[in-house]
Amino acid sequence: MAYTKRLDGRKFDELRPIKAEVGVIPNADGSALFAFGETLVIAAVYGPRPLHPAHMQEPDRGIIRCEYNMLPFSVSERARPGPSRRSKEISMITANALSSIVDLTRFPGTVIDVQILIIQANASTRCAGINAASMALAHAGIVMKELVSSVSIGKIDDKIVVDVDKKEEDYSDGEGSTDIPFTLTSRSKSIVHLQLDGKIPLKRFKEAFLAAKTACEKILKYQERALKGEKINEN
Amino acid sequence: MITEKEIAEEKTERKLVVPGELIVSGDYLPGDFTRKEGNDIIANRYGLAEISGRFVKIIPVSGVYEPRRGNTVIGRVNDINFSGWIIDIGGPYSAFLSIMESPRFINKMNLDEFASVGDVLDLKINTVKKGGIDLTLKSKGLGKLDGGRLIKINPHKVPRVIGRGGSMINLIKEKTRTDITVGQNGFIWINGDLEGEKKAEEAVNLIAQEATTEGLTDKIEKFLGGKDKWEVH
Repeated sequence: MAYTKRLDGRKFDELRPIKAEVGVIPNADGSALFAFGETLVIAAVYGPRPLHPAHMQEPDRGIIRCEYNMLPFSVSERARPGPSRRSKEISMITANALSSIVDLTRFPGTVIDVQILIIQANASTRCAGINAASMALAHAGIVMKELVSSVSIGKIDDKIVVDVDKKEEDYSDGEGSTDIPFTLTSRSKSIVHLQLDGKIPLKRFKEAFLAAKTACEKILKYQERALKGEKINEN
Repeated sequence: MITEKEIAEEKTERKLVVPGELIVSGDYLPGDFTRKEGNDIIANRYGLAEISGRFVKIIPVSGVYEPRRGNTVIGRVNDINFSGWIIDIGGPYSAFLSIMESPRFINKMNLDEFASVGDVLDLKINTVKKGGIDLTLKSKGLGKLDGGRLIKINPHKVPRVIGRGGSMINLIKEKTRTDITVGQNGFIWINGDLEGEKKAEEAVNLIAQEATTEGLTDKIEKFLGGKDKWEVH
């Protein structure tokens, strides 16, 4: 059977209900919460602050040290705490995406610590994490060119869908499922992070990119509203 | 974004902007934390955008302490080496207080006789260089702060804690009968009896929390007022 209707009844270009808020962690310099439906993430930013060990310091710029962490209770089967191969990779790509918007030359030899905690996972955790981290960085008063917004675009069977959830990620009928997380900057709309899990023809990829662009535009609106003091909860 | 109409009506009310947001478009000059792209002035930081004449700038509302020369700060001794003290003043870099900058003679072998690890000092920033921050004690009112407690708030909220002409801080001092020193880095030292210190700490945290509300002095007065347990029976 072809994929004519999404499993959770959303439209093909519809995001899950979003939650967004800043200032959720009082002890951090900046913090934010972001949720796509059941995927709930908090991010905390500390710094710029002195970096130790000193051999990690860069003499001409600061660095971003990112830690993506799935909490043991965030998935149905208990996740082993601590860094895994997967979480190390996601931490790295998140740090790379964020480094391209932050002005790191202001405080050479320092570190900006970004902690991303996945409280509850239902696919698209890295996208929710990047969205929360972007808000938390802004909230921490870090000098940055623009914000970033992230969304995962899927090709489920032959349909392009926005904001993939776990059930869609596991869909195996027809052409199966492809998951493409995109991260776009808010102003110049350049891609700062892109991954692809599955396969997709070039023509469909262009379609997916356009879908990501419109979805990121929507997400940005939520991020801006949350930063301006609103507590967004669509659930 | 700030519209033409608002400028015409001279509503210089500050607006909260996020990084990458268009603040205003037209013949303007970019000031602090803004940049120019064509005719647009874009925000580089989260904060309050303000237009004065042709000049656009952003007043930060959050973020760590940015050390400036001449600032009076409070710090805690982190470490001691043979030539001075390494001091945590918050912010991106730790600071150094040289033995030469102390107001009286100190034996090189016994630096911790003057200040040991964990002690709190009231200091002034002498220089801010690429390699670090140098502090001094050679100025009026600086020195070691004995006893009391050290609390930390966001440095951008310090002006609010002090109030216009020191009105807010004097109010707290008076009502709680404590001695309070506020550093520009957001470190605040409170000394008094236990009850007073507690009350003062709560008051300071309340101010930091509600820094944007108006009529804050009245609110704090009410908070500190209530029963005046300091009356002598």
